[in-house]
Amino acid sequence: MNRDTRINWINRLILPVLNVLTAFAATAIIFVIIGVDPIEAAEILLYGAFGYQEGLGYTLYYATNFIFTGLAVAVAFNAGLFNIGGEGQAYIGGLGTALIIFAIDPNTSAWIFIPASILGGLLFGALWALVPAYLQAYRGSHIVITTIMFNFLASSLMVYMLVNVLREPGNMSPESQLFPQNSWFPFIHDLSTNFGFVMEESPLNVSLFVALFFAVIVWILIWHTRLGYSLRATGLNSEAAIYAGIKPKRIILITMCISGALAGLVGINELVGYQHRIIMDFHFGYGFGGIAVALMGRNHPIGIIIAALLFGVLYQGGAELAFELSNISRDIVVVMQGLIILFCGALQYMYKPWVINALAPIQKES
Amino acid sequence: MNKPQYAIELVDINKRFGAVYANNKVCLNVEEGTIHGIIGENGAGKSTLMSILYGFYQADSGLIKVFGNSLQFKDSHEAISSGIGMVHQHFMLVDNFTVLENVILGTEGGALLHEGLREARKELTRLGQEYGLKVDLDATIESLSVGSQQRVEILKALYKGAKILIFDEPTGVLTPQEAQDLFRIFSALKNEGVTIILITHKLHEIIHITDNVSVMRAGKMVAQKVTSKTDREDLAELMVGRKVLLQVDKEDKDKGEVLLKVNKLSVLDENNIFRLKDVSFEVHAGEVVGIAGVSGNGQSALLKVLSGISNITQGSVEILGQKMDSKNPIFPDKLRELGLSHVPEDRLRMGLISEFSASENSIIGYHNDKQINGRFIMNNAKVRNECAKLMEGFDVRPADPDLKSSNFSGGNQQKLILAREFNRNPKILLIGQPTRGVDIGAIEFIHKRIIEMRNSGKAVLLVSVELDEIMSISDRIIVLCDGHISGRVDAKSADERTLGLMMANAYDTTNNLESN
Amino acid sequence: MDDLLLTLVLTFDAALRVSTPLILASMAGLFAERSGIVDIGLEGKMLASAFAAASAATVLGSPWIGLMAGVIVSCGLSMLHGFATITHKGDQIVSGVAINILAAGMSIILGLAWFGQGGLTPTLTYDQRFHSLSLPGIDIMDNIPLIGTIYRELISGHNVLVYLAFIIVPIVWWVVYRTRFGLRLRAVGENPKAVDTAGLSVTKLRYKALLVGGILCGIAGAYLSIAHNAQFTRDMTAGQGFIALAALIFGKWKPYTVLSACLLFGFLDAVAVRLQGVVIPGIGEIPVQLIESTPYLLTVILLAGFIGKAVPPKSVGVPYIKEL
Repeated sequence: MNRDTRINWINRLILPVLNVLTAFAATAIIFVIIGVDPIEAAEILLYGAFGYQEGLGYTLYYATNFIFTGLAVAVAFNAGLFNIGGEGQAYIGGLGTALIIFAIDPNTSAWIFIPASILGGLLFGALWALVPAYLQAYRGSHIVITTIMFNFLASSLMVYMLVNVLREPGNMSPESQLFPQNSWFPFIHDLSTNFGFVMEESPLNVSLFVALFFAVIVWILIWHTRLGYSLRATGLNSEAAIYAGIKPKRIILITMCISGALAGLVGINELVGYQHRIIMDFHFGYGFGGIAVALMGRNHPIGIIIAALLFGVLYQGGAELAFELSNISRDIVVVMQGLIILFCGALQYMYKPWVINALAPIQKES
Repeated sequence: MNKPQYAIELVDINKRFGAVYANNKVCLNVEEGTIHGIIGENGAGKSTLMSILYGFYQADSGLIKVFGNSLQFKDSHEAISSGIGMVHQHFMLVDNFTVLENVILGTEGGALLHEGLREARKELTRLGQEYGLKVDLDATIESLSVGSQQRVEILKALYKGAKILIFDEPTGVLTPQEAQDLFRIFSALKNEGVTIILITHKLHEIIHITDNVSVMRAGKMVAQKVTSKTDREDLAELMVGRKVLLQVDKEDKDKGEVLLKVNKLSVLDENNIFRLKDVSFEVHAGEVVGIAGVSGNGQSALLKVLSGISNITQGSVEILGQKMDSKNPIFPDKLRELGLSHVPEDRLRMGLISEFSASENSIIGYHNDKQINGRFIMNNAKVRNECAKLMEGFDVRPADPDLKSSNFSGGNQQKLILAREFNRNPKILLIGQPTRGVDIGAIEFIHKRIIEMRNSGKAVLLVSVELDEIMSISDRIIVLCDGHISGRVDAKSADERTLGLMMANAYDTTNNLESN
Repeated sequence: MDDLLLTLVLTFDAALRVSTPLILASMAGLFAERSGIVDIGLEGKMLASAFAAASAATVLGSPWIGLMAGVIVSCGLSMLHGFATITHKGDQIVSGVAINILAAGMSIILGLAWFGQGGLTPTLTYDQRFHSLSLPGIDIMDNIPLIGTIYRELISGHNVLVYLAFIIVPIVWWVVYRTRFGLRLRAVGENPKAVDTAGLSVTKLRYKALLVGGILCGIAGAYLSIAHNAQFTRDMTAGQGFIALAALIFGKWKPYTVLSACLLFGFLDAVAVRLQGVVIPGIGEIPVQLIESTPYLLTVILLAGFIGKAVPPKSVGVPYIKEL
């Protein structure tokens, strides 16, 4: 094994594992600080996430959102772009979904409603990402700053829309009327009953399959198409991309649209799949969570599905934890997100010199 | 006679970057109060040596003596305080600062600026008068000409008490007039007892201004001479070196039609400096035209413009009958479709994506090719198979299409690129630095392949800083200096000395001198 | 007429209060970004400081100790940012995002564990927080029309941190443009290599800048929880860190223009509150959200190059790696 392959091996395997473990260890320390036995907490958390059907349903339901936003961040990362605007794109995507659903005759068949609502999310999410992308590619403004600003703009726009436009007449809370029943995505527990399995009710719906479908699409797109090739080339070495005849500006636009479109699908799981109406802040935290998921999943769909599942476990298990123990809340998940972004992202090479040193003697022997 | 007083003595300086020796047992003696030239080609190790002397890098081993005192510099601060100043090739100035602010950075003379600025203003005015360094102290750097910026760098060094001034390629960015001004400043400095070290690859500067000269080649110091006892020819030879000529068998061949025609081509870079000026030439089918020159004299700009990467400012290029000019650019992908292949000069920055596998790298620029794409899906298996064939054909080792390209040696990376570019049966080949950082075995292989392409009727444009490469492969040689063509020779009648002089744009002058 | 005047004065008064944390945080960002480090973690540092300040003030009973605690926590996060981005050359954006998320989660988790009130801190008593100061001479000034009202309602009657914020701006200007530290700070954000070749340490300078930023950001956070309000509440910064960042960009990284941007954004916020539900003749009701989002809109438009040009310090966001 030569020096380069050894460094590859360190980058791919040892460092990510060490980084995730560090994030877990830091979480354990926080548990100790707030007077919770980390082992007990882990047990409750795992039971809450996997111990019974409803819990498992919730776990997968949350994981669905994280798959969407994780994929969104990863697509952009693969092109060397940091899409920090997943929050806003998810929010506006949900708006698109709702608007399309309300625009269609309520008696239309579900076979029209399902693709139409997905399309609405994709389209509006993409549009919300397109403006920052355009500004980055053609006006030179930094995409990170503009996408942050667009998160807040999305927030204001949605408050306005929900309070002034979409609010159900007579309803005090800012939420729309119910979507027509034909547009609802089937719950998994309903489907399973049709097949003869009785399952506990949970919000888990077919959006999970949509998410997995898009994970496959992203995998194919990035690693098995010309566009994916161009996108990765641009992200890794824009000079070589230009040499190859790829136009980086165009790639920025296309990539951000795809990224925004994927984030825009959070709405179908949350709104069409469960709430059956558009509500305030349904997207909250999933956009930023997607950053942690993408970093932890190493920007690969398989890694993202695993990381999303972990976050689903944390979300649902965290709820269980908050229910069981009075001195802890679901925000522990937010803390873990922060720690994972810190250790798997900003400090991802912290252990590198140390690992190389530790491996040096073994290297010499072989 | 007294033993001369040395300002600088360097003994056995070693510096490695990875596996490469940038400096290999380098020794240097610089007499106090003289102008000492260090000459050598790009990459010979001059800049590294000076960075060590300036404390920016630490040598792996060796001894540094300044005015007789043995010193070990941990950082530039220590070098500065022992009286060494450096004027870098790329100025170390803060663009939106005033001249005064730039000069006092690092030696502000107290926590508040007011006093320091006042002192500095007085001192700089004095220095400016003494050495004829006129510059507006309150102007911001970005508003100054390049020549003035350089004067700021000199003032900065003098203000910090420099008794030894190192100039790294100082005339590279100057107009001829500015260069003349700089040499006048050199004389003034020398008269005041300042020692000057001039790093350059321009022979006429060495002859014109220095007292002594040291020649570096491939990380080693190959000669130290008194300037008045040597001449350009001698130095050119030392600088280029008498390398073992790799003879390539090459039969004479009648050249065919013109495939590439460059017509009065000029190119401005983003800083509005002319990289190419009024360049015209043709390349015929079945011939190799070699572009010689010290690197940085327009070769890169030429390759970029001909391959569609950057835009033409003036003039035009005809490629396989298609005209390209400032208003009608042709993009790299279209040029490839027409039948132009390009082996870029810098394989790591442009030719390859080091995180990509060999098979992914084997289709850079050809990723839209119908052969490897279905309607949507790229046929990765086919790409891999094709890559395996390429690797076999060009003897790329290890022949593993899935290996990341950063894991291949330089020679094998280069062979992979050549395989990619040669295999698509192009009509025109642009080749930059085909054997840079490539081991001897691979060099011969690569040269043979280039000749094969020529023999099969391709038009080949070869850019290289290796003179022997240019001479052994080319049919005709064009020399670039400062963006314009400074010489054209038939390869058969070319010799290193002539080419070296042409590269320094000194050929005509010498002839005139001789005829006088 | 008097009513209109009073409304106007009160709106300006509210604007000053809202601007205060923006000013402090944007000055913090100014130090970081002038040194070449992107600081999108302002939001998180403010939030963490707000929580720390409220907690310490509650437990230890003094707003000054609260302020100190806020500053210490904010500096700690600044140093974490430095450790990741200067020492380990990590991505500055990723590190900032991590700090924001970490602060959002930790403030609730610790609050819940320590005070058991759903993540809030207990409401502070009178002695535990900063109060409005009455400036001397209000009675005399009152006799002068207009100026008296302005003096009483607008200039007097703020807490000490508000005055501090406004005093800090000229100090920041003075430090940045008139001191050795300021010169080096500006240089290292523009061209770290020039600093390195001048024999100065890029690393030390950037850490120092982050530390100063940490202090200012800590004051901003403490202001929110122990001066402007009387307890810590969930996500109480509500994007003000990002508005401060927007003001920093909008003010082109220059202290006085940044101050103007903060005042403008603060004023817009105060107006938005005033205009809630007000029908303006001829126009109708202006959506509050439109006014609220104006800072973000303006910043995007500025960044797009449609009004002037925001040129950031040249090396901002780029880790310094020594090479020739």
